[in-house]
Amino acid sequence: MSAALAYYPGCSQTASAREYDLSTRACCQTLGVELNDVPDWTCCGSTPAHATDHALAAALAARNLAQAMDTGASNLATPCPSCLLALRTAQSRCENEGFKGRVEVLLGRPATLSIRTRSILQVLMEDLGLEALAEKAVRPLKGLRVASYYGCLMTRPVGLMAFEDPDNPTAMDRLFLALGAEAAPFALKTECCGAALGVPRKEAVLELSGRILAAAEESGANVLAVACPLCQMNLDLRREQIEGYTGQRSTLPVLYFTQLLGLALGLPEEALGLGLHNVGTRPVLDILRRTWASEDVG
Amino acid sequence: MRIGVFVCHCGTNIAGTVDCAAVAAAAQQFPEVVLAVDTPYACSEPGQRAIIEAIEQKGLNGVVVASCTPRMHEATFRRTVERAGLNRYMFEMANIREHVSWVGRDKKLNTFKATDLVRIAVEKLRYNRPLTAKSFAVNKRVLVIGAGVAGIQAALDCADGGLETIVVERTSTVGGKMAKLDKTFPTVDCSVCVLGPKMVDLAQHRKIKLYAMSEIADLSGYVGNFEVSIRRKATYVDWNKCTGCGLCADKCPSRKAPDHFNELVGRTTAISIPFPQAIPKKASIDASSCLHFLKDRCGVCAKVCPVEAIDFEQQDEVVKESVGAVVVATGFDLLDIRRFGQYGGGRFPDVVTSLQYERMLSASGPTGGHLKCPSDGREPKSVVFISCVGSRDRSMDRAICSGFCCMYTAKQAILTKSHVPDCETHVFYMDIRAPGKGYDEFIRRAQEEYRTNYVRGRVSSVYPKNGRLAVRGADTLLGTQTEVMADLVVLAVGAGAAEGSRDLAEKLRISYDAYGFFMESHPKLKPVETNTAGVFLAGACQGPKDIPASVAMGSAAAGKVMALFSKERLESDPQVAQVNAVRCVGCLKCLRTCPFGAIQEVQARDGSTKAQVIESVCQGCGVCTVTCTDRAIELQHFTDNQLLAEVNYLCRSWMEKSPA
Ligand SMILES: Cc1cc2nc3c(=O)[nH]c(=O)nc-3n(C[C@H](O)[C@H](O)[C@H](O)COP(=O)(O)OP(=O)(O)OC[C@H]3O[C@@H](n4cnc5c(N)ncnc54)[C@H](O)[C@@H]3O)c2cc1C
Ligand code: SF4
Repeated sequence: MSAALAYYPGCSQTASAREYDLSTRACCQTLGVELNDVPDWTCCGSTPAHATDHALAAALAARNLAQAMDTGASNLATPCPSCLLALRTAQSRCENEGFKGRVEVLLGRPATLSIRTRSILQVLMEDLGLEALAEKAVRPLKGLRVASYYGCLMTRPVGLMAFEDPDNPTAMDRLFLALGAEAAPFALKTECCGAALGVPRKEAVLELSGRILAAAEESGANVLAVACPLCQMNLDLRREQIEGYTGQRSTLPVLYFTQLLGLALGLPEEALGLGLHNVGTRPVLDILRRTWASEDVG
Repeated sequence: MRIGVFVCHCGTNIAGTVDCAAVAAAAQQFPEVVLAVDTPYACSEPGQRAIIEAIEQKGLNGVVVASCTPRMHEATFRRTVERAGLNRYMFEMANIREHVSWVGRDKKLNTFKATDLVRIAVEKLRYNRPLTAKSFAVNKRVLVIGAGVAGIQAALDCADGGLETIVVERTSTVGGKMAKLDKTFPTVDCSVCVLGPKMVDLAQHRKIKLYAMSEIADLSGYVGNFEVSIRRKATYVDWNKCTGCGLCADKCPSRKAPDHFNELVGRTTAISIPFPQAIPKKASIDASSCLHFLKDRCGVCAKVCPVEAIDFEQQDEVVKESVGAVVVATGFDLLDIRRFGQYGGGRFPDVVTSLQYERMLSASGPTGGHLKCPSDGREPKSVVFISCVGSRDRSMDRAICSGFCCMYTAKQAILTKSHVPDCETHVFYMDIRAPGKGYDEFIRRAQEEYRTNYVRGRVSSVYPKNGRLAVRGADTLLGTQTEVMADLVVLAVGAGAAEGSRDLAEKLRISYDAYGFFMESHPKLKPVETNTAGVFLAGACQGPKDIPASVAMGSAAAGKVMALFSKERLESDPQVAQVNAVRCVGCLKCLRTCPFGAIQEVQARDGSTKAQVIESVCQGCGVCTVTCTDRAIELQHFTDNQLLAEVNYLCRSWMEKSPA
């Protein structure tokens, strides 16, 4: 991989989704993708900001973009689709001169936001490609049947995110196939998990996340792969709440796609934060260990 | 010159925001104006009479009417001045309604602008010259393109009226979509039973010549005298010999050919006749599935054909016909179902288009009229219909309503119950459009008598669940989300223009809208005419419409053709380009820019090259006049002097005075 990439972790990745950050960094290191943290980065504003004021929200995101551009970077990646949406929304809104002017007043500096922003998934798929990724995989994910859950933001809003088929994305499915796993025919790939409604209306999240879990179980998957910290939290941390709400027990582990990729790349489980989950990840490791033992790898 | 100016109030349409009396008073002062008055309705009978009297009494030889758009009444007033003995081109119109009173609120400014427009008209009129039309003979044969129900109706009416009629149909049979339908709303009568006799009439009519499996390669000429080249596509069967016995299809070993007549539900043989009532009932070979063409073996059909009609060497052939008028009736096509991934279109076999569903219901369809899920052949116990799929959807750049889907969806829900009485039917809709005669009653029947569950709301996704399909959407009447389980999902996919419509429009020199539907000349007053004289429209090619409307439009187009052909000779419009041979240097730039091919190259007596306008072909668009660097070509009635008179006045007056 050529020029270094500005890396915007996003707040969740320092707390509830630490394992997403850990595994992203570990994978990128192994893959030779150099990540340079955006200096002195701050929150992208997330839902509370854009629900309050568009210009304030854009200023928060723009500040981070400007900090990244100050380092001379022309490419930025973030693991979190919600952060990416905030950054891209700021970029697109600032194309309007009037809006840009308001943001510049708030920022106290020019808001020329020409840096290219992408998700980690997109960067890995586009800059490295499936073949290169598969080549670096030293341990196959054979035995895993992965339901890939993209969430609502990875491909939407369509015009802004411009990533894959908005209703039927396949990037993660193709990745896991390349890494030796099976892709489960999972129907609710881009359904909403309930997102931040967990705070004001918990039942909404339990209903929606419950459906996603049930569909993943129905697809015969033995692991659910995600790319969004909020999705992961709703499906993993709220598991007992969901079970209480739906009356259905489920032990399906919910892993970040970077954790699964890391396992294939031969990284140790501690480096991937596999112990940080609420729903145990042991079943996944057990399956893989059996595979690896029989194939004499790992 | 003695000019009269008439400023129309159009009731309050103009007078509401323009001081018409002030405009008339101002006009009184314009050069060569001898009379200027305002009038409540210039187009009314008393209004026109006043113009005629003024011409006679004041000895006017030029008239300006300031009123609505020329598209509305130019022809009316030209006839008025003609009745008073003036040449019809000694008349000018100033549009002070669409260009002034309807778009501006400030009465003072409006009056100012209206006065300017009247002045411009006067300035131009001072340079007008009487023009006279030439006449030419009409070839009283008509070409009908597309033989769906609209084209069939137009052809039969023309032929019954005694006209020789050429019908060109792209597929191997006439009938269009109607031939594919099972039953039709609102009477639920068998579609092909009503259409079939008309198809037979078409085939047997003495006056009709049918070219099936054919397309328009080229069309040249002008109203009354078109030359058309028709490409007859190779069918690899000599239709002069083929008796339609069907033996070839029985024996053909290639049984996986795509069945286009059945909308790709099921398969057919490489040589086939699309359906039992096909007209012409002739076999044709699909070369992309035929073993002879693919693998250079087989030839079974050639062996079994009792009349030796198979001809693997056959080539496309171009034939020429001359006609005086054209009726375009190429209908519509449904949008590609694969565009609707959110509903599983193209992803799940049990998600089908409405037209596929018609074939699945039809007794002559691939399942013999037994309703079966394409995935595993089981009988559906729940069918969900989704309406407005790709219609009224701005996210797809398709704001249009497809018009007939609400009705056929209700019909299909009713038919579903008569095939499988214990099958649940659900319709997701935005709102129901059923304005025709007996239509709303029909929707009611579907809801009440046939217990169709109508859910008002959009579907967000269709996904597989427990071996069936879950249809999730909003129920906006209950204000909740809802999920319905289905065995089969039918998408009322929006109607777009027929494939290849844009190409055809270019060949015919007619316009089309953003969706590819052909444009009528006027949305209210000229619905079957196009802006190209002698070319008429019928049926869904002009915009989605149901069978009754398509048939009515087919007859209307035939009526227009017959009215046109009721004259032995036609008058050409004298507002055409004219070459001043002395100035023309023969560069022929105009010949290359003319979109209508109305300019020809001629040799002058001294052997030099000159451009010449074919008056009957010229449409008066004026493109050539701006192309000609030597100002040798000018448009009659829009000469340089006339346009400059307008511009000169306008620029000078604006330099001298400006509005308040
Ligand atoms: C699922 C469905 C159900 C329907 N049910 C009903 C119903 O119950 N009742 C009702 O009133 N209406 C119904 N309709 C509407 C009906 O189909 C149309 O009103 C009717 O088909 C319009 O007729 P048409 O002749 O204008 O066009 P079409 O039927 O589309 O015929 C056009 C013909 O032109 C040919 N063609 C196209 N392009 C060319 C070309 N370039 N050169 C030569 N030939 C060409 C085509 O092959 C075709 O034969 C239904 C429509 C659908 C989609
Ligand atoms: S006819 Fe009915 S279903 Fe079809 S587009 Fe119009 S409103 Fe929608």
